[in-house]
Amino acid sequence: MSTIRTSPPRPWTGRIVLFLLVIITLAPFVALIGTALQPSGTVPTGLTIPSPPHFENFVTAFQVAQLPTLMFSSALLVVMVVPAAILLVVMAAYGIVQLRIPGAPFVFLLFLLGLTIPYESLITPLYYLMRDAHLVNTRFAIALPLIALYLPFGVFWMRAHFLGVPKELGEAASIDGAGSWKALRYIHLPVAAPAIASLAVLFSLWTWNQFIIALVMMDDPLKRTVAGALGAFQGEHSTDLVLICAAAVLMMLPTILVFIFLQKLFVSALLQGSVKG
Amino acid sequence: MSGWLYVLPALGVYAWLVIQPFALSVQYSFYQWNGIGPSKWVGFDNYIEVFSDPNRLGAIANAFKLMFFYTVLAVALALLAAAVTRGMTSRWGRVSQTVLFLPQVIPLVGAGIAWEWLYQPQGPINETLRAIGLGALAKPWLSDFDTALPAVGFVGTWLLIGLCTMLLSTGMGKIDSTLYDAAKVDGAGPVREFFAVTLPGVRAELTVCVTVTLIAALASFDVVYVMTKGGPGVATMVPGMDIYTIAFAQNRIGAASAMAVVLMILVLIVVIPVQRLMAEKR
Repeated sequence: MSTIRTSPPRPWTGRIVLFLLVIITLAPFVALIGTALQPSGTVPTGLTIPSPPHFENFVTAFQVAQLPTLMFSSALLVVMVVPAAILLVVMAAYGIVQLRIPGAPFVFLLFLLGLTIPYESLITPLYYLMRDAHLVNTRFAIALPLIALYLPFGVFWMRAHFLGVPKELGEAASIDGAGSWKALRYIHLPVAAPAIASLAVLFSLWTWNQFIIALVMMDDPLKRTVAGALGAFQGEHSTDLVLICAAAVLMMLPTILVFIFLQKLFVSALLQGSVKG
Repeated sequence: MSGWLYVLPALGVYAWLVIQPFALSVQYSFYQWNGIGPSKWVGFDNYIEVFSDPNRLGAIANAFKLMFFYTVLAVALALLAAAVTRGMTSRWGRVSQTVLFLPQVIPLVGAGIAWEWLYQPQGPINETLRAIGLGALAKPWLSDFDTALPAVGFVGTWLLIGLCTMLLSTGMGKIDSTLYDAAKVDGAGPVREFFAVTLPGVRAELTVCVTVTLIAALASFDVVYVMTKGGPGVATMVPGMDIYTIAFAQNRIGAASAMAVVLMILVLIVVIPVQRLMAEKR
């Protein structure tokens, strides 16, 4: 991106618009935290500033929502889903692009069609497939569909990467007489590492925040994703708004913290992700 | 041929858990089935329900109304924001970039909980209105039949505006600066400059924004589930919530599947013209 500007932006308008956008974006978070600090069990009103702030609400919410269990459950799902999905899409895209399998355009189109299917449209048959496989209420009923549902985007993403790889790289490998597996493992994988890292960030985030699949496949909220558990928590404690807000803050905190630390990776992954999607 | 060995594992999983459920959705949609007992062939009855039952039609209509908030409002505001902040490279710009992305990384459920509180009768929005003397405008936004859907829709605007701003900013950064010089020489003001140079320059990014937000509007679920469950009445019912309710609360698998098939077709009907229209002119 060039930083040379011959037509300088209108600095004040720009700053004001940006400032307004930032305020609107932050307002819900501020409101949530403000409410989480009110005296527990009270019915707060909108603009009361909590005095003194009740930080112990976060401790209560941490225990009541069983946060460590939830974090572990979400992390477990990420571990079950992301490496498997990455392995499948890297191999598939490598086969489609680099090894030029017969029928490659058709296979790619088949995956591409999956990009447009809303999860809600598959959730009913997926539930019965998992039920018939006796997997409902196990984490496999969440993980397996997610792996499959990530494939269209993943294949699309890795195909774009392999298309951008210089031809010489693959040719060098075949001259060396390296088998296709060795070429993938030792020549293509190191080059693909940044693309794979971005994809892993996206897959992890989607899994952590996944709601409908976790909701349908798992009755026990403690074995769902954090997002799925948050929905159930809201239902169970609907009378204690302060507690709900405190729990919501705690449950959002991990992704926000990871985001702030890995900001560059996240922003580029999300931007490229929507472009490719 | 050995290349197929690399593709087959992914293709197998895809066939098992995407293509098969897709085919099953179509199959179920022609049956009456409660998920446990025997099923009965009913032909197109479930589709007739989708297109004649006011609840099903209402959900579809709501999805289209949400497009105003998810797509029109979010993309228009993002265009404005990206255009007026074009070239801003200060530290401020980077900080706001981080902030604008926050809605993209939190669970939508969390966003739903925050916004549900904002909209409460005694919540921050109403209290603010009262504090500045506009108390007459205060209302229970989510339980009022007239305001519930716009209230849910605005959450979509909030979610997507940052993503679209960032995408469009990136696009505007790639526009050749000599085009702006030429526009200046021609005596173009900021508005003409925007329509003559900026807007055509971000066509690709605009296509992405429109496509992504249209799909988000049609397939909304999490926010609606958390904030209203489709209520009051069916004022905020959307296809995703409707499918979930019919399938897992009413156990009418056929009816839910017909709605699921219609939703898939709607996505294609909406997305394909956008893609073709925008691609043609490139």
